[in-house]
Amino acid sequence: MTSPQIELCGIERVFHLGDSAVHALRRIDLAIAPGEYVAVMGPSGSGKSTLLNLLGLLDRPDAGTYRLEGRDVTTLSAEEQARVRSERIGFVFQSFHLVARLTAAENIALPMMLAGIPAKERAGRIARALDDYGLADRAGHRPDQLSGGQRQRVAIARATIMRPAVILADEPTGNLDRATGEEVIRLLEELNQGGVTLIVVTHDPALGSRARRRLQMEDGALRHDSMQEEPAPCAPPT
Amino acid sequence: MRAPDLIRFARDAATGNPLRTFLSVLAVAIGVAAVVVLTALGDGARRYVVNEFSAIGSNLVIVLPGRSETGGFNPANAITGTPRDLTIDDAHALLRGSAIRRLAPLAVGTSEIEVGGKLREAMVAGTTAEFIEVRRLSLAQGRFLPDEDWSRGSAVAVIGAKIRDELFGPEPALGRLVRIGDRRFRIVGVMAASGQGLGMNNDELLIVPVAQAQAMFNSNTLFRILIEARSREAIPAAKTQAAEILKLRHEGELDVTVITQDAVLATFDRLLGALTYGVGGIAAISLAVAGILVMNVMLVSVAQRTAEIGLLKALGATGRTIRLLFLTEAAMLSLAGAAAGFLLGHAGAALIRHLYPTFPAYPPAWAVLAALATALATGLLFGVAPARRAARLDPVLALSGR
Repeated sequence: MTSPQIELCGIERVFHLGDSAVHALRRIDLAIAPGEYVAVMGPSGSGKSTLLNLLGLLDRPDAGTYRLEGRDVTTLSAEEQARVRSERIGFVFQSFHLVARLTAAENIALPMMLAGIPAKERAGRIARALDDYGLADRAGHRPDQLSGGQRQRVAIARATIMRPAVILADEPTGNLDRATGEEVIRLLEELNQGGVTLIVVTHDPALGSRARRRLQMEDGALRHDSMQEEPAPCAPPT
Repeated sequence: MRAPDLIRFARDAATGNPLRTFLSVLAVAIGVAAVVVLTALGDGARRYVVNEFSAIGSNLVIVLPGRSETGGFNPANAITGTPRDLTIDDAHALLRGSAIRRLAPLAVGTSEIEVGGKLREAMVAGTTAEFIEVRRLSLAQGRFLPDEDWSRGSAVAVIGAKIRDELFGPEPALGRLVRIGDRRFRIVGVMAASGQGLGMNNDELLIVPVAQAQAMFNSNTLFRILIEARSREAIPAAKTQAAEILKLRHEGELDVTVITQDAVLATFDRLLGALTYGVGGIAAISLAVAGILVMNVMLVSVAQRTAEIGLLKALGATGRTIRLLFLTEAAMLSLAGAAAGFLLGHAGAALIRHLYPTFPAYPPAWAVLAALATALATGLLFGVAPARRAARLDPVLALSGR
C-alpha cells in the first residue's frame, strides 16, 4: 500500500455554544491514499462539513494531528496554511461561491492572482480551462448571466486551476437539478481518474454510492468505512 | 498577490458598489474642498489687507501721538503725565532728519460739504502739498494743494472722486466754490478713484490745507505725521530720527509712537495668517469626520463581503493579502476623494474670485498639500481597523454566511 496522502490521527473538534460543549468531531482516525475517491455521508449535524473544513485547513482541530503528504499541517502558521490551501487543495461549494462582480474568466483566475502568478501565464491557463469545461463562449459573463451548471463548472475550473492534489467538494450538486448535477459529478470523477484525490461530502445516497470508498458519519464519529470494517488505529506520532 | 492585480481587484470592489463608493468619496471631497476654500478665504483676507497697506505708500513711517510702549522710569513722566499734542511745528522739525525725504502732517475730522443746496457729510483731511507724493495718490483733474506756508493755508480744497460724482454729477467741479463746515473753499482738484487706505476711503475725502482744517476743528493737534524715508534701507534710520527729534522737542519725553509700515504689515500678516491656520484647522476636522465615514463604509463593506473574504481565504489568500486588499480600497477612496475635493475647492475659490474680483482668494500651497496628505492619512488610518477585521474573519463562518 502506498503511503497515505491524508492522515488524521485522534482528531477532535469541540464547539462551545454558551455553556455547553458540542463535539463536532470525536477521535477521528482516517488515512486516505493519493487518487482515492471518497464520499463522506451522514445526516446533517453529523460533522461531515466540519471534517471537510478541517481537511481543507479552514479549521483547526482541538486535538490530534493532521498530516498532508507526510507533513504535519496542524502546527503550521495561518500564512503557511494559506500557502498549502493555495497549492494543494481545491474547494467546490454547494452554493458555488463565485464573486458576483467578476466574470467567469476572472473568477477562474482568482487563485492564480492570489498566488501572484503573472497575468501572461494566467491567460493561457484560463483559456485552456475555459475550453476544458466548455465555457469558452462564457468567459466574459458574470455569474448572474450563467446557468447553475455553468456556475458550478466555473467553480470547478477555479478549484483545479492551481492543479491541486486534493479536491474537496461540499454538496457539489446540492443546488443543481438532476441532469446538471450528473454532469458536474462526472467532471469531478474525470478529474479523479486523472489522479486527483476527490473527497465529496453529500447526504445523497445515490451520489455517495458512486464513490469507491464511502465513510458514514454520525454524531461526529466515523461509524462505517466501506474499505475497512474496523478503523485501523493510526500510527503513534514519531 | 502582485500590485497591479491588487489595485485592479480593489478598484473593481469599490466600483462594484457605486453608491457606497460615491458617498465616501464625496465625504472626503467635501473635507478637502472645505480646507481649500476656507484657507483660500483666510489667505485671501490676508493678501487683501497686505495689498491695501502696501497701497498707502512706500517706505512709510507714521508718527502718532501718545505712547503705546512701556519704558523705564523717566523723570519727565513724573512731572507731566499727559502726552503733548503733535503739532505742525513738530512736523516742520522732522524735516531736519537726514533719512527723511518728505513728510505730510495730517489732521482729520468730520464735517459737511455744501454746494448748490446739496449737503453731505464727509471726512476732512488737513494736510500739505506733499501728501499726494507721500501717499502715492494721483489726481484726476486740476492740481493738488499749493506748496505754501503750512501755518497759513489758502482756502482751496481737493475732493475725492465719489464726492465729485455725488455733488456735481456731470457738471464741472473745478473752480466751484463750496462750503465746508463754516468756511468757503474753492475746488482746485479731484482725486483719481483709489479706494481704501489708512482706514479712510480716499474717494470720499475732502483734502484742505492743514491750517484750514485745524481752524475748522478748533484744534492745533495732528492726527498723524506721514513720513517717507529716503529708501527702504533708510526706514529704521528715519524711524529713529523722528523719535529723537520729537523727544527733544517734547522736553526729553518720548510721548509719541513711531511705527513703520513694515511693522503694521507684519502684524496684520501674522494676525490673518493665524486666522488662516485657524479656519484650516476647523476644516481639517471635517476631513477627520470624512475619515471616520470611510471607516464606516469599509466596515460595512467587510460585513457585506464576508462570504467573498471567506472564499478568498479558501482559495489561498493570506491574512496579509486580505488586509492589503481592504487598505488599498480605503486608500483609493481617499485618493479619489482628495482629487475630487482638490478640484472642487479650486473651483470654489475661482468662483469667489469671479464674484469678488478684488478679493485674492487663492488657497495657499501648504494648505492644499496638508489637506491632501490628511485625507490620505486618515483614509489609511481609518482603513486599518476594517482591514484587520476582514483579515481575522474565520473562513468557515464566513463561507457559511453566518
